Amino acid sequence: MGFYLRPTAVEEAVRALGERPLAIVAGGTDFYPARVGRVVDEDVLDLSALAELRRIEDAGDHIRIGALVTWSGLIAADLPAWFRTLKLAAREVGGIQVQNAGTIAGNICNASPAADGVPALIALDAAVELASARGTRRVPLTEFIIGNRRTVRMPGELVTAIRIPKPSGVATSTFLKLGARRYLVISIVMVAAVIERAADGTVGAARIAVGSCAPVARRLPLLEAALAGRPIGRALADVATARHLEPLAPIDDVRGTRDYRLDAALTLVRRALAELGTAT
Amino acid sequence: MTTIAFTLNGRATSVEVSPVRRLAHVLREDLGFTGTKVGCDAGDCGACTVFLDGAQVCACMVPAGQVAGRRIETVEGLAKDGKLTALQQAFHHFNAAQCGICTPGMLMAAADLFQRTARPSEDEVMDALGGVLCRCTGYRKIVDAVLHVAGRVPAAALDNTPDAGRAVGARFPKVDGLQKLDGREIFGADQAPADALWLRAVRSPHFSATFTVGACDALHRKYPGLVRVFTARDVPGNNGFGVYPQVKDQPVLADGDVRFRGEAVAALVGDRDTVMTIRDDEVPIHYTPRTALVGVDSALAEGAHRLHTDKPGNILAFGYVERGDADAALAAADVVVEGTFETAFVEHAYIEPEAGWARRVGDRVEVTVTTQTPYMDRDEVAQVLGIANEAVRIIPTACGGGFGGKLDISVQPLVALAAWHLDRPVRCVYHRIESMSSTTKRHPARMTARYGCTKDGALSGFTFFGDFNTGAYTSWGLTVKDRVPIHAMGPYHVPAVRAKTRAVFTNETPAGAFRGFGVPQAAITHEALMDEMAERIGMDPLEFRWKNAIRVGQPTASGQVLKASAGLAECLAALRPHWRKARAEAEAFNRTGDGVRRRGVGVGAIWYGCGATSAPNPSTMRMGVAADGTVTLYSGAQDIGQGTNTTMSQVAADGLGIAVDRLRLVWGDTDLTPDSGKTSASRQAYVSGGAAKRAGENLRAEILRLANAGQDAWLRFEPGAIVVEDRGRMQTIDLRRLEAGGPNGDVIMAEGYFDPPTEPLDEKGQGVPYATYGFAAQIAEVEVDVELGTVKVRRIVAAHDVGRSLNPTQVEGQIHGGVAQGLGLALMEEYIPGRTENLHDYLIPTFGDVPEIETILVEDPEPTGPYGAKGVGEHVLCATAPAIFGGIYQATGVRIRRAPATPDRVRAAILARKEQRP
Ligand SMILES: Cc1cc2nc3c(=O)[nH]c(=O)nc-3n(C[C@@H](O)[C@@H](O)[C@H](O)COP(=O)(O)OP(=O)(O)OC[C@H]3O[C@@H](n4cnc5c(N)ncnc54)[C@H](O)[C@@H]3O)c2cc1C
Ligand code: FES
Ligand code: FES
Repeated sequence: MGFYLRPTAVEEAVRALGERPLAIVAGGTDFYPARVGRVVDEDVLDLSALAELRRIEDAGDHIRIGALVTWSGLIAADLPAWFRTLKLAAREVGGIQVQNAGTIAGNICNASPAADGVPALIALDAAVELASARGTRRVPLTEFIIGNRRTVRMPGELVTAIRIPKPSGVATSTFLKLGARRYLVISIVMVAAVIERAADGTVGAARIAVGSCAPVARRLPLLEAALAGRPIGRALADVATARHLEPLAPIDDVRGTRDYRLDAALTLVRRALAELGTAT
Repeated sequence: MTTIAFTLNGRATSVEVSPVRRLAHVLREDLGFTGTKVGCDAGDCGACTVFLDGAQVCACMVPAGQVAGRRIETVEGLAKDGKLTALQQAFHHFNAAQCGICTPGMLMAAADLFQRTARPSEDEVMDALGGVLCRCTGYRKIVDAVLHVAGRVPAAALDNTPDAGRAVGARFPKVDGLQKLDGREIFGADQAPADALWLRAVRSPHFSATFTVGACDALHRKYPGLVRVFTARDVPGNNGFGVYPQVKDQPVLADGDVRFRGEAVAALVGDRDTVMTIRDDEVPIHYTPRTALVGVDSALAEGAHRLHTDKPGNILAFGYVERGDADAALAAADVVVEGTFETAFVEHAYIEPEAGWARRVGDRVEVTVTTQTPYMDRDEVAQVLGIANEAVRIIPTACGGGFGGKLDISVQPLVALAAWHLDRPVRCVYHRIESMSSTTKRHPARMTARYGCTKDGALSGFTFFGDFNTGAYTSWGLTVKDRVPIHAMGPYHVPAVRAKTRAVFTNETPAGAFRGFGVPQAAITHEALMDEMAERIGMDPLEFRWKNAIRVGQPTASGQVLKASAGLAECLAALRPHWRKARAEAEAFNRTGDGVRRRGVGVGAIWYGCGATSAPNPSTMRMGVAADGTVTLYSGAQDIGQGTNTTMSQVAADGLGIAVDRLRLVWGDTDLTPDSGKTSASRQAYVSGGAAKRAGENLRAEILRLANAGQDAWLRFEPGAIVVEDRGRMQTIDLRRLEAGGPNGDVIMAEGYFDPPTEPLDEKGQGVPYATYGFAAQIAEVEVDVELGTVKVRRIVAAHDVGRSLNPTQVEGQIHGGVAQGLGLALMEEYIPGRTENLHDYLIPTFGDVPEIETILVEDPEPTGPYGAKGVGEHVLCATAPAIFGGIYQATGVRIRRAPATPDRVRAAILARKEQRP
């Protein structure tokens, strides 16, 4: 059996991380499934007692989701309507057991291409807050995850929170997930979309992210630019074309072919836009 | 080690364990709370659901360290003062627990819901329980049970506990149902002596390789807890097993040659932590990989290496049925359709992985194990150890799902071998990946068939050729290759048939028995062609089937004239009103809808011969009366969740003339019960039921003889005596004065025996392969999202000819579970060795995937069956996929020729069709 630490203060956790390599466990919902049939013998830092990271806070120009906030915690939290994309994603993660234990921060640290939280957070323009013995830093989520299960987190660093900037005006958002069964399903494709409404009823800004179609969920900048300035309505759906999917690079795997993913991504993007175009 | 103190079911508890040990294992192994089950250790199955501070979590993903100072509740804590909660009772009454392995998780998830909402809606129930998988029930009865407690569904339709002689046909819950609800039931992984060593198999990472094993001294030095490493050399008897007495081609431990990824190469025995810590690459095994033959084409290709030296061309065997001149019939037919259809490896995905333990008792060995077939296990272990069959005792535990997968041995020879050598108890529990990668699957098939009919809708001829990938070893390959040609044309009267199958070895997971033995694959083929013919001649698909349904007096392709109990036409007739209504509704929906979601309704019809194919297939059942008046049924028929313990009790009780709740049941143990054959081929209700009925009748006859009473006498069993009342004359048999005898020490006993009458098949497959057939037809209403290719099944109506329904509650349970598995086969299940070896990459239906199921029981009695009954266990699965595919066709115009119809395949087919017909 290895070393095990379950600190109650972030400083203590960070100090330990600086001293020796430690596997981090939060909700354990990615950690344990990766170790089926084995005795866990790594040195472990268990974050679960860091009560200060369990909070969702309104910090003025942004909302701060502590690293121990679970999917259920997020679903239950009283959050503005534009947060809907992340709440919808949260409801699609595993079953309630997994939602009760798994954390949003764990989802991004695990950096699976199929992580449902990632497109939603990208569409919300999230940034990741990291702490180490040397201090803290902030990294946009799009720069935090750099590949399939790869992040820029250094071994001595702890993710302490996810920061989500508040939109300037009215915003709506949604999340659509495509899987081959109803519950407990890894996404074949998922789409998160946020639309900020300008005062004149047109699209002030749009952020559209697609997951499971590249090693890391990707935004669709050309589409976002094409949407800007358009009147908000069902016709937003027609703006999206296959050309806008250019940042995606899906692969064939057991869940679907490359061509299918592109095709389904376009359908889901259009549906998301149609929904936001008609949302009041 | 750390001391962790917490509250468990309201009691202060403390345990000394590694803080990163999974809570599920701490509960089960360190604290003995085995009510919490482990099906995957990965969050995928939910069987381990417990409350942590009042909220449901998977105990397999909670580090023990996290529960310090917190509250844990498990299934053992639900009932208060021995009184089951309303939820537990509802599960019992609705038959919401079949094998019971998922039940603790289901109950905890549902209890969590009721903490949050008193009257949940159906959607809320699905969402709350959606994290728990069940492979037996098809979920609907679970939903009903929960909704009943929510006050939204009336009480389950049940008969009162029936009087003597009235058990058959009554609706009542499982006689052994209660222990599945409070964590008491003991499954394969739930019990072993405290001093048992653990065994873990080291398995090949290669599909095909030769290998050598080096000296393990260094390994022993590094791990003092390692007691022994067993290899092929240590097998004292025959290092080969297989389900046929003449074919033992699969080694217990591979001997220098591995033929599939996941094959056992060595067995590590020691303390649990040691064998689970050692990594496979630390064991000195040196592999030399060789080209892997994956898929039948590569195995059949010229120059492919032989998997088995005695099997040229990698062909295991051919199966064949020929009747009439099929080519001439097709040439003369007005309409001929043809197609090639493919299916995938399908995994049983029972929630209970293989598990058991063994100990040596003098010169005997006892194996306690989860199994479908105690007597076959016994003989198999005996020949592996090189000892007499009688020197092996199999003690089956409750079986957490089988579906054919636990007809082949798994842990049995490994633990037996280790216990034999070490003279210490040895246990083994497969983990999910090991279970999936090393145990049998449904045979992938590639089938090409031609079917012809006249323009007024009479079938004229059928030809069929199917390749069945049997994987690396024979397993049940011979049964599949024989069963398919007999059933390949479907449940119809076809004057001319030629059907041939070929079972092919590949370097893939052995394909064995899985509910239907190849018939579900064949059904996809014949039913698709039936639909096409119906369309070509402009006939309604259901009417076309009704017209051609095989009826009493008509011969099968094997030349067997059906003498009785052929209820397909009746099943189809029962479906007719549903069919017409649903088809019309779907058409209306499509006319007025947005074109994106389109609906369709399909029908599938099947038949399935009960029992082994043209082979002796007997069951024996024993009954006895003890000196104290207890009446016992000794049943060797293994209950794997389908309710055999209940139906056997019913049949035997009625045979004897005693109320079923007065009957004690002893089941499974090969030292205590006679051989009732395996739980397979839908034979238990029919064959073992026949034996149980006769056992009851024979015991009755024996009692009447002792009392010198007439046939119609009444029996009353009292403490120490039987009172026999014969036309007003009362007589008492004093049991205490009789001598105890026989294997179970009873004072009066009798046996019943039944072997279904079959006849051998000649080289053209002519003969009487089965004494009776079950028939079924199902309708599937589906909705396809044509832009995404996703298919949602909205409703199934299932009509089944079961001869006589011994207990409608249990029969419905079989139908629901079979439909769910058929749906999985149709839409999502595809096992790919090395890639979908867990329950998140391999998808089985969840809550919300299985629709409402309406069951219609047709009873066309089978004269040779007990009270007219015949089997139903496999039929239930075969008709579902064809019905769903028919529905997809009506919705989209796309014919599915490859299962599963995953969204990408359905979408690709829709796009391809658009290109053809713009
Ligand atoms: C049955 C099941 C179904 C699932 N379904 C879905 C799904 O549908 N969609 C989906 O997106 N995900 C799904 N998941 C995965 C999801 O539960 C996880 O991604 C979860 O959100 C991870 O959080 P955790 O707290 O459990 O992480 P853990 O398992 O504790 O940790 C995950 C990884 O992140 C690291 N880590 C965690 N927290 C921190 C931190 N604060 N700082 C630095 N590193 C950290 C850990 O070291 C580890 O490598 C499923 C999981 C299961 C078991
Ligand atoms: S054992 Fe925990 S979810 Fe399967
Ligand atoms: S009853 Fe649910 S898995 Fe068997």
